[in-house]
Amino acid sequence: MEKFKIEFDRCKGCGLCTTACPKNIVVMQSEKLNKEGFSTAVCTDLEACTACALCAVMCPDCAITITKA
Amino acid sequence: MNKVLMKGNEACAEAAIRAGCKSYFGYPITPQNEITAYMSKALPKIDGGVFVQAESEIGAIHMVYGCAGSGVRCMTSSSSPGISLKSEGISYLAGADLPCVIVNVQRGGPGLGTIQPSQADYFQATKAIGHGDLKIPTLAPNSVQEMVDMTVKAFEIAEKYRTPVIILADGLLGQMMEPVSFGEIENNAAQYPYGAYGHGNKRERNIINSLYLDPLKLEEKINERFERYAKIAETEAAAEYDKDATIVVAAYGSTARVARSAVDKARAEGINAGLFRPQTLWPFPVKQLKEATGNAKAVLVSEMSMGQMVDDVKMALEFKLPVEFYGRQGGFVPNPDEILKKIKEISNN
Amino acid sequence: MPSFKRPNALIDMPTHYCPGCTHGIIHRLVAEVIDEMGIEGDTVGICPVGCSVLEYVYFSCDMMQASHGRSPAVATGIKRANPDKFVFTYQGDGDLAAIGTAETVHAAARGENITVIFVNNAIYGMTGGQMAPTTLPGQFTQTTPYGRDTVREGHPIRVSEMLSTLDGVAYAERTMTVDPKSIANTKKAIRKAFEIQKAKKGFSIVEVLSTCPTNWGLTPLKALDWLKENMLPHYPLGVYADKGGNE
Repeated sequence: MEKFKIEFDRCKGCGLCTTACPKNIVVMQSEKLNKEGFSTAVCTDLEACTACALCAVMCPDCAITITKA
Repeated sequence: MNKVLMKGNEACAEAAIRAGCKSYFGYPITPQNEITAYMSKALPKIDGGVFVQAESEIGAIHMVYGCAGSGVRCMTSSSSPGISLKSEGISYLAGADLPCVIVNVQRGGPGLGTIQPSQADYFQATKAIGHGDLKIPTLAPNSVQEMVDMTVKAFEIAEKYRTPVIILADGLLGQMMEPVSFGEIENNAAQYPYGAYGHGNKRERNIINSLYLDPLKLEEKINERFERYAKIAETEAAAEYDKDATIVVAAYGSTARVARSAVDKARAEGINAGLFRPQTLWPFPVKQLKEATGNAKAVLVSEMSMGQMVDDVKMALEFKLPVEFYGRQGGFVPNPDEILKKIKEISNN
Repeated sequence: MPSFKRPNALIDMPTHYCPGCTHGIIHRLVAEVIDEMGIEGDTVGICPVGCSVLEYVYFSCDMMQASHGRSPAVATGIKRANPDKFVFTYQGDGDLAAIGTAETVHAAARGENITVIFVNNAIYGMTGGQMAPTTLPGQFTQTTPYGRDTVREGHPIRVSEMLSTLDGVAYAERTMTVDPKSIANTKKAIRKAFEIQKAKKGFSIVEVLSTCPTNWGLTPLKALDWLKENMLPHYPLGVYADKGGNE
């Protein structure tokens, strides 16, 4: 399973998650807009992700699921 | 049957408890304080009994909303200005289809008015008890015994149709003492299955709510509710009346007792008068009034107000009979001779 | 197994909240506490009038919708008749500290054994950004277009401080949800409040400073900064009442 999984259409593009990532690898730059018209958060480097879940903690929409290996 | 001498207010409270109402929320206001006081004394002694003196009538009615919403039989009582405050909560109770009993021991208004008896909340109870499309079954006792019987009946109607029910008494009924029998009142209180009291992981969650942002759903909900109202109108309208009278005196509550005396006096003087006493104000007993006025040439409505039941009487009679009015205000109870004089005037016309 | 996922007490569906509104975080924290205490089946939540009016849609426990400000009275009715159930209200600043002040203060004074989650974002969100009882001096809103003038519009109410003077209040804490650490603290406070209720110790309230990016006219990230810069000095975080003893 992916460590960082975002429910694409659930993300409202607020960016709160980006403030919490200690590795600065969560950014607001999805390639396309979701069905609500938001540019969503993506993890740019899954290798570097430590699955700390701080991004998910910040998410007001429960859009991020974190799975530890 | 054993009879005890009790005040109307106390008898109402005792009847509610015997019917299985263990939760009461109120706020002091004259002339209904004996209900609150009685509950405060009796309920803490009952297993599971709940008495809360709320911070306001608004607080009390919303405690009723919470308690009824959690599926528990409950009631509140107040008097006219307090009922105005409860108006918000009554609308929400109706909107969420929650049963409860609300007693209004009417006093005079508008404003602070007087603490003396009145019947000036007829319009409020039957036409405009809260915002939105709603009706509240309204029972009108005229004796301490009926304070008992109608309290029991009120819970029955409330739970059968999932609606708040109002007992529209007045200061005279609340304060006067009469021998009363409690007979065999059945305690059949059970938690409402639709209540929000914790699903216990055993059923779907219950939601108590009056908000419908989808116009179709709100319209459907209101229509469904009005179908229930139609059933109430069909089955619950009640009245006591004389038949074949030429002059029918229509009066409810305390005024009906005075009207009874006036009618009896008129009969003793050879006038064919009769009494029509609605026991439900909404639904108004239309069929019964038509039957009572089959031979009538005129109707006299008497109330402790400027004449709030008059319109309902006229409409029930489809404006086919002359409808006169005699009332007192300010806390006065009409006396039999005043009504008799009016009956004679009509009789002589 | 996922190490972080939506709590069961929060139904899997999108919310109606604006992007970056911290209502969603606070909802989740309440749901996580309900999950962790295993009390979903014994809990009744009450939603207010305000942005969180639709809260009943989101929680999987039994829910009740109350009229504006009356949640503490509604909660009183539920709790008194069902003393072994958990009852929480979730109220905004207008609901709790303006129209519902009497219900709030008296439920607290009576020591009603309920938990109040008070979301303070210093503005009326749902109606479009009018002055709230907690709007800061100088703050611009739709109804304080020249900034809240304390001579004209009065002073904001510090709810946690005010309620902590009442003997019925067993627990009062002010927290915020601006970063993972403050979110963890908020969750701890909510857990504590529910534990206080479980122990039947009286009224518990957690005041959560929250953002309203939409009506503050800020981006979600700038709103977090605005909260820290402007709300924190006026509304210091901390525990204002704790009669919980040692747990």
